[in-house]
Amino acid sequence: MNHLVIAPLLLPLLVGTLLLVSRRTLSLAARRSLSLAAIFGQILFAIELGFLVGDGTILTYHLGHWPAPWGIVLVADRLAVWMLLVTSLLAGCALLHAMHGTDQCSRHFHPLFQLQLFGLNGAFLTGDLFNLFVFFEILLLASYGLLVHGGGAARVRAGLQFVVINLVGSTLFLFAAGAFYGLVGTLNLADLALKVARLPPEALGPAQVAALLLLVVFALKAALVPLHLWLPSAYAATSAPVAALFAIMTKVGAYALLRVETLMFGKQAGILAGLYTTWLLPLGLLTLVLGALGALAATELRLQVAYLVVVSVGLLISAFGLGTADGIAAGLYYLVHTTFATAAFFLVADLILRTRGWAADRLVPGPALPNAGLLGGLFFVTALLVAGLPPLSGFVGKVLILRAALEQPVWPWILGVVLIGGLLGLIALARSGSLLFFNVRGGGASAHLEAGATLPTLGLLSLCLALLIGSGPVFDLARATADQLLDPSDYIHAVLRPIGTGFEP
Amino acid sequence: MSLIIGVLTAGGVYLLLRARTFSVVLGLALLTYAVNLFLFASGRLTIGAPPILAPGVSRSTDPLPQALVLTAIVISFAMTAFVIMLALRARAELGNDHVDGRDPDDVRNREGSEA
Repeated sequence: MNHLVIAPLLLPLLVGTLLLVSRRTLSLAARRSLSLAAIFGQILFAIELGFLVGDGTILTYHLGHWPAPWGIVLVADRLAVWMLLVTSLLAGCALLHAMHGTDQCSRHFHPLFQLQLFGLNGAFLTGDLFNLFVFFEILLLASYGLLVHGGGAARVRAGLQFVVINLVGSTLFLFAAGAFYGLVGTLNLADLALKVARLPPEALGPAQVAALLLLVVFALKAALVPLHLWLPSAYAATSAPVAALFAIMTKVGAYALLRVETLMFGKQAGILAGLYTTWLLPLGLLTLVLGALGALAATELRLQVAYLVVVSVGLLISAFGLGTADGIAAGLYYLVHTTFATAAFFLVADLILRTRGWAADRLVPGPALPNAGLLGGLFFVTALLVAGLPPLSGFVGKVLILRAALEQPVWPWILGVVLIGGLLGLIALARSGSLLFFNVRGGGASAHLEAGATLPTLGLLSLCLALLIGSGPVFDLARATADQLLDPSDYIHAVLRPIGTGFEP
Repeated sequence: MSLIIGVLTAGGVYLLLRARTFSVVLGLALLTYAVNLFLFASGRLTIGAPPILAPGVSRSTDPLPQALVLTAIVISFAMTAFVIMLALRARAELGNDHVDGRDPDDVRNREGSEA
């Protein structure tokens, strides 16, 4: 039993609580450095866990030393650690950006930020369906607070809709969990995988209902069509660092889909085998097209970026929906890229909004930008990343997904939809870029950026660059992760093995 | 039992689809009651049996759904409190209690009062 597994949970929880109780006594600088130090610690934990699980070992942590199907278990395999690392790196950049003003609006920003990370890390590490629900609730509750952070009518309205739709999602999750419990009598994911595989054929109906309810819940979190409507207004209304952090929120849904798809409804799953893959591919492609159309129709830059998030979710879910090792590996590579790229885009949109005077980020002819060269360069690079054009990492991710899709019998459809979606996104970005930077009309007071304001954005972009340079090793790692996912027997054995009575520290 | 769950769910969904936040909050509350009962029933209903295995106890009831329901009650309680606060805030900021922030019947009245 390795105590490092629970460290990414304890650190943000403790620091978040500490920040909450000390929010009136400590100075802003002290709280900022504490929060930043906690994120730095999480990055270190994730890297160290990465070294431990890199060779294919699966670390488990049985809380209270209760054996697995009865007690609560945390599992760190390659996929979980992969997500932990992406989350902590993203959170670092988002927090750095938040230090340029956002976190001064209220004293609760830093505690909420840490608690959100607690929920995210927990959702990635847990090996239990009900605890997945609990961690979803934690991250959602923190995200409700972050979403309406700063106030304002638009933010409150978007927040209310976001809260209501997620509460409905939570209720559905409970229905799904209850249905599974009534069916097989367990909620541990590994145990569920074993018992679902042994279901008799006459239980097909209830089992399918439970599984598809779960699909609806995760599709809601991942913003799949037709459950994507909450995303654009919520992401466009909130503050930029929060929107950047939320870039990982849709990926939580995608992670849960991938985990459940491979573990419970994979090839060995008996009557439910391949249940999700039949749904994920068409839904993903539809999401991609609708998101691209939304991006084309958007009237504000932030709204456009939010629709591009929907596009990326569509592509990601289509890759996972292929169900092959190549598809999942390509999806994992693309997941990292798209998380960083869309987060960087939210930050760029915020920089533009702050310096553009009265026109803000509306896509209308407006005053000239004071740092047009710098911002234009950032916008150009980020747009290339998000649209998936060569030579940047977005292109690599897209090519990997398309190469994996060639093995499918329906590959002309996948290729056509993905390429047309990419073209639509490109047109949308080209239009907004030329409007923002070249179509200058009318003066107006516009503020200059303070020094260092672009650093977090540059940080995210350099992470994408690192992803491009190291795409060979990263893809090998993604491939190993996909292989581990597609053969869940290791996972099941690691979780359910007897742990002995002695307590080893 | 299943009838009660069904009625609660149907009422909850109906209220959820109303345009005003108050009925939406009520609908969410009804839905959480329904799901709590559902979780409770998912462990099979046994009456008059202890939830622990002990020597000499031949019949027992499943304790896990009770723990799950307890967790779900706590979480839904917190969520309801939060959504009520948010609804009040939205009422104050937006001037009406409609979920999308606009009151379709009331446009003329509001314009009149602002003028």
